[in-house]
Amino acid sequence: MAGTLAEKVWDAHLVRRGTDGSPDLLYIDLHLIHEVTSPQAFEGLRLAGRQVRRPDLTIATEDHNTPTLDIDLPIADLTSRTQIDTLRNNAKEFGVRIHSLGDADQGIVHQVGPQLGLTMPGLTVVCGDSHTSTHGAFGALAFGIGTSEVEHVLATQTLPLAPFKTMAITVNGELPPGATSKDIILAIIAKIGTGGGQGYVLEYRGEAIRKLTMEARMTVCNMSIEAGARAGMIAPDETTFEYLKGRPHAPEGADWDAAVEYWKTLKTDDDATFDEEVVLEAADLEPFITWGTNPGQGLPLSANVPVPAEIADENERVAAERAIEYMGLTPGAPLRHIAIDTVFIGSCTNGRIEDLRSVAKVVQGKKKADSLRVLVVPASARVRLQAEAEGLDQIFLDFGAEWRNAGCSMCLGMNPDQLAPGERSASTSNRNFEGRQGKGGRTHLVSPLVAAATAIRGTLSSLADLDLPADVDITSFDGTPLAPLDPRVPLQV
Amino acid sequence: MEKFTTHTGVGVPLRRSNVDTDQIIPAVYLKRVTRTGFEDALFAAWRGDPAFVLNQPAYTSGSVLVAGPDFGTGSSREHAVWALKDYGFKVVLASRFADIFRGNSGKQGLVAGIVAQEDIELLWKVLETKPGTEVTVDLVERTATADDVVVRFQIDDYTRWRLMEGLDDIGLTLQHEEDITAFEQTRASWRPRTLPAKHLPTVEIEAARPSA
Repeated sequence: MAGTLAEKVWDAHLVRRGTDGSPDLLYIDLHLIHEVTSPQAFEGLRLAGRQVRRPDLTIATEDHNTPTLDIDLPIADLTSRTQIDTLRNNAKEFGVRIHSLGDADQGIVHQVGPQLGLTMPGLTVVCGDSHTSTHGAFGALAFGIGTSEVEHVLATQTLPLAPFKTMAITVNGELPPGATSKDIILAIIAKIGTGGGQGYVLEYRGEAIRKLTMEARMTVCNMSIEAGARAGMIAPDETTFEYLKGRPHAPEGADWDAAVEYWKTLKTDDDATFDEEVVLEAADLEPFITWGTNPGQGLPLSANVPVPAEIADENERVAAERAIEYMGLTPGAPLRHIAIDTVFIGSCTNGRIEDLRSVAKVVQGKKKADSLRVLVVPASARVRLQAEAEGLDQIFLDFGAEWRNAGCSMCLGMNPDQLAPGERSASTSNRNFEGRQGKGGRTHLVSPLVAAATAIRGTLSSLADLDLPADVDITSFDGTPLAPLDPRVPLQV
Repeated sequence: MEKFTTHTGVGVPLRRSNVDTDQIIPAVYLKRVTRTGFEDALFAAWRGDPAFVLNQPAYTSGSVLVAGPDFGTGSSREHAVWALKDYGFKVVLASRFADIFRGNSGKQGLVAGIVAQEDIELLWKVLETKPGTEVTVDLVERTATADDVVVRFQIDDYTRWRLMEGLDDIGLTLQHEEDITAFEQTRASWRPRTLPAKHLPTVEIEAARPSA
C-alpha cells in the first residue's frame, strides 16, 4: 500500500498494533538522555526495581545546565551541580554511556547523535526534549517526550503512541541570496501558526529543501515543534548518506550497503496522500525575524512592527498587544531600527559548524558594534574543536565576540548565560517566549547571517545592509557542506 | 495513579492564549531532581504581579484551570504538569493543547479536556462574574459544569480509560514483553548501538574563561 515517509518508519517499528482505541506500541531505536528530564525517570525505575532494558540503545550527555566558562572547575550553581552529578551517578548505576563536561563528545544532545553517526534514516529516536525533531532531517521519526515517557522507554524500549496525521510542506524553487534554512522554518511557522502542526508529523519536501545541507535540514526539522508538530522529517538522499558515511557509528561494509538499499526506499510514494498540504515559494523568502513572544509572531526583516488595531482576530490582537508591550516595541516602527544588546549564536538550531563558518565569513576582519555583546557557543565540543582547527575562534575573538564551551547556554538560560531584565537579544535559537533567555529578557529569533550582520551594525540587519564583496560564498545551496575556511582542515563534524 | 471519575473545585479563568511551558514553569526551576515540590514554581514570572488571577483570594485555591487556546506549547518539560498538580490543579480545560503537554498530563493524572472556544468563553464569563465558582468535571460524562453552564469536553478514549482506572503505562506495556523480545530478534544489524562506544580520538578540551 502507498505510504508516506512517516508511515513507513512507523510501520517498521510496530511491536503491536493497538486495538479498540488503544495506542500502537512502537519500538525505539535510539534514546538520548540529558540531565534535566531524566532524574525523576531513573528514580522511578529504582522505586519499581526495574532496569534499563537496552543500555546499548541509550546515550547520555550533559548540555542544558552546563556552564560555558570554567568548565574544568566545580559547577558554581549547587542545584545545577547536583543535577549533573545525579545524571553521572544514574549512568554509572544503570550502565548507560555518558559524555560528560570536558569530554570531546559532550554537547547538545541533538548535535551529539548526528555527529557520532548514531542518528540515521529510518530510526525512531526519542529524547526528553522537544527539539528531538532535529533528527528528522535524516529521515528518522524523532520526537520529544516527557519524563514519564523517558522512564517508559528506559524500562521497555517502547512507547505506546496514537498514530499521527501527516502534513506535507513543500518549498519550491531556490532561496534568494542572504536567506537560509532558518528563514524557511520561521516563515513556515508564521504561516501555519504555533498550533498549526498539532497532531501532525511534517514532511518537508521540494527543491529548496533538497538543496539544503544536512546541517541546514537539521535547522528546519529542529523547529517543527515550534509549529506545534511532534516531528518533522526529510526523506534521506545522497546528501544524507554522504554526511553519515565514515562517522564513528555509521554502518560499515555489508551493513552499509544493506542500510543504503533500505534507506533509498524511505520516501513518500507518489500515490500516497497527506492529511494536509502547505506550499511555499522559496523565491518569496527573505531574512525573517520574530517580533513577538511566540515563534509564530514573525515577519520579514523589511517589515514594520505590527499595529494591533489592524488585527481583526480578537485573540491575535490581544496576544499582539501583550507581546509588543513585553518586547518594548512601537507599533508601526521598522523592525530594522530595533537596537540589540546581545547577539547569541548557538543552540541545537544554529550552533553547528556550518553556522559558525557562515558567521565567520561575514564578520571576518570586522569589529562588532560597541553597543552590544556577542556570545558564540558551539553546539558540541567537537564543533568547537573543528572551529578552532579552522581558525574560526580567532576570527570571533578579533571581532570582539566571546568564544565559549559547548552547551544549550543562552537558548534557555539554565546556566549563567542569561539576559538581564529588559535586555534585548538577536538569537539564533528557537524560542522567543517571555523570560526564556532570562527573566524579563526580550528575544528576537534570527538566522546566523542576520545575527552576524546585526552584531556588526548594532540594530537588526541583514547581509543587504553590509558592504560585502560580491564573491563571498556565505551559504551553500547545493547540498554540499559549506567548505572550511582553511581548506587544509579535514571535516570531522 | 489515583483513579479519576469526577472532581469539583474552584475554577480559575486564565485569559491567555499560547501559554507555553516556559510560562507554566521557567527553566530555572528545572534543576531539581525530585518529582514533587514544584508548587512555588507554577507561573513563577506572573505570580509576582498582584493582579495575576492566582493572586486574587477567590481563585487562590483553584483546582480547575480554564485557559486560552494552545496551552502547554514549547518545551517537553513534564515539570509543567508536576507544577500544576503540586499547586492543586486536577483539570485544565482549553480549546487546544500542545501534543506533548497533553501526553504528559495523561501520564500524571491531570485531566486535559478539550473544550470548544465558545464554551471556554462561557466558562470564563461565569468564573469572572462570580469569582470562586466551583466547576464540576465529570470524566464519565465528559462534561464540565459551572453554575448553569454545562459544556462538553473531549479526551481520547484510551487516556480517559487509563485515568478512570488509575493505570500505570509501564505495567500495561510489560504485559506484552514477549512481543517486544520477538521484535528485537528481527532488528537489522545496521541499526545503531551506542555500546560498545565508538568515537573520534579523545582530545583535551580547553576551558573558556570569562573575558576581562
